[in-house]
Amino acid sequence: MAEAIPALEIRDLHKRYGDLDVLKGISLTANDGDVISILGSSGSGKSTFLRCINLLENPHCGRIFFSGEELQLKPDRQGQLVAANSQQINRLRTQVGFVFQNFNLWPHMSVLDNIIEAPRRVLGLSKDEAIATAEALLAKVGIADKRHVYPNQLSGGQQQRAAIARTLAMQPKVILFDEPTSALDPEMVQEVLGVIRALADEGRTMLLVTHEMSFARQVSSEIVFLHQGLVEEQGTPEQVFNNPQSERCKQFMSSHNH
Amino acid sequence: MKWDVIVKWLPKLLEGAYLTLELVAIAVLVGLLIAIPLGMARASRHWYVRALPFSYIFFFRGTPLLLQLFLVYYGLAQFDAVKQGPLWPYLRDPYWCALIAMTMHTAAYIAEIIRGAIQAVPPGEVEAARSLGMSRAQTMWHIILPRAARIGLPAYSNEVILMLKASSLASTITLLELTGMARTIIARTYLPVEIFFAAGLFYLAMTFILVQVFRWLERKLRVDALQGR
Repeated sequence: MAEAIPALEIRDLHKRYGDLDVLKGISLTANDGDVISILGSSGSGKSTFLRCINLLENPHCGRIFFSGEELQLKPDRQGQLVAANSQQINRLRTQVGFVFQNFNLWPHMSVLDNIIEAPRRVLGLSKDEAIATAEALLAKVGIADKRHVYPNQLSGGQQQRAAIARTLAMQPKVILFDEPTSALDPEMVQEVLGVIRALADEGRTMLLVTHEMSFARQVSSEIVFLHQGLVEEQGTPEQVFNNPQSERCKQFMSSHNH
Repeated sequence: MKWDVIVKWLPKLLEGAYLTLELVAIAVLVGLLIAIPLGMARASRHWYVRALPFSYIFFFRGTPLLLQLFLVYYGLAQFDAVKQGPLWPYLRDPYWCALIAMTMHTAAYIAEIIRGAIQAVPPGEVEAARSLGMSRAQTMWHIILPRAARIGLPAYSNEVILMLKASSLASTITLLELTGMARTIIARTYLPVEIFFAAGLFYLAMTFILVQVFRWLERKLRVDALQGR
């Protein structure tokens, strides 16, 4: 049997800011149903890596494949790779959901309007169809009663759950989480992690940048440990947490395991 | 204070106030329509897109409205091409000259308000739209402009009120708007204090109504609730 096509594949990704090399060649493959947590100390390039995948940041080198389809890239004048085909990147972005640390809900729209906006504009759903989907998703993330409320009337945890519902409304094949609980008060972290755990249990393909170590250990099928722009250690949660090979990873694990 | 004189001339003053409102309303609405593409171009990443609106705004913000009125009203008649052109019936009419000058003047200010508002939209909200697959144009039209409208609305209401008062300059090119009408009445009655006082009350009343309209609009668009984010 031929090998299954990975949902997401990144080959040799490089990124620099000025003279600072942030990513020095990162490769990663996510098969359908994989939950890959990306760990590392701040400044290790985790968020940058995630943002390069759907070109919120522009890498300088590397290739990106979504379900086997290569993202067409071309260098701009500064040497960064930008999308060569704007229709392709827009289409692929609908298949790759992104959840931000700061939610980035649109504050002038109600929660429901936040969720139906992109499905209506991009997928061409009718308003009724989009609302039906949105209400199901709001029930799923546990804020069905908040649909007519505006984002600034919600707690941080509720805002992040609304933002996750907005991402899910596009029915993405892969979801990228960029430190989804880092901007939250401690008591709200669990409600968001609960939603992410439920998505993992559904068998969704997800990449997760997080500082929640025990959570990463529980939900992940694979852990990637980044250090200074390189993959320092990679493997199952058991391997990486219980038996890290590299010195840096050992230090990191011991400083977070108490 | 001769109140009976004020009462006697009220209908004429009202007529002037009506022309004032008409000039201002058309100028700030048409000005807004011109300013939206100007402001968008001014916020562009590309210098060659920014260049034209920049020159336009530089000229109209850098010179007095009075001078612009004179240039349109007296200046255009210097050119035979204009006098023989199809637009001459309009361009020789002080009403149209005032409208053209006021509209182009206020468009420059509104364009700068729009540019500032577009650039004040938090980048994360734009990234959110792009990450959901919205194109640049869709993001601009459905996310950035509605958001910028709320950011820029208080500054726009200020510009409308400034234009209400600047419209008194149209009296210098013979238009009988509120100030022009007041001066005409004074020439007949020799009572400048009474008539200017009455005209001032009209301006106050119009400003008050405009402030109420914009306050209502700001509430409706939830402008306050979006501040401090």
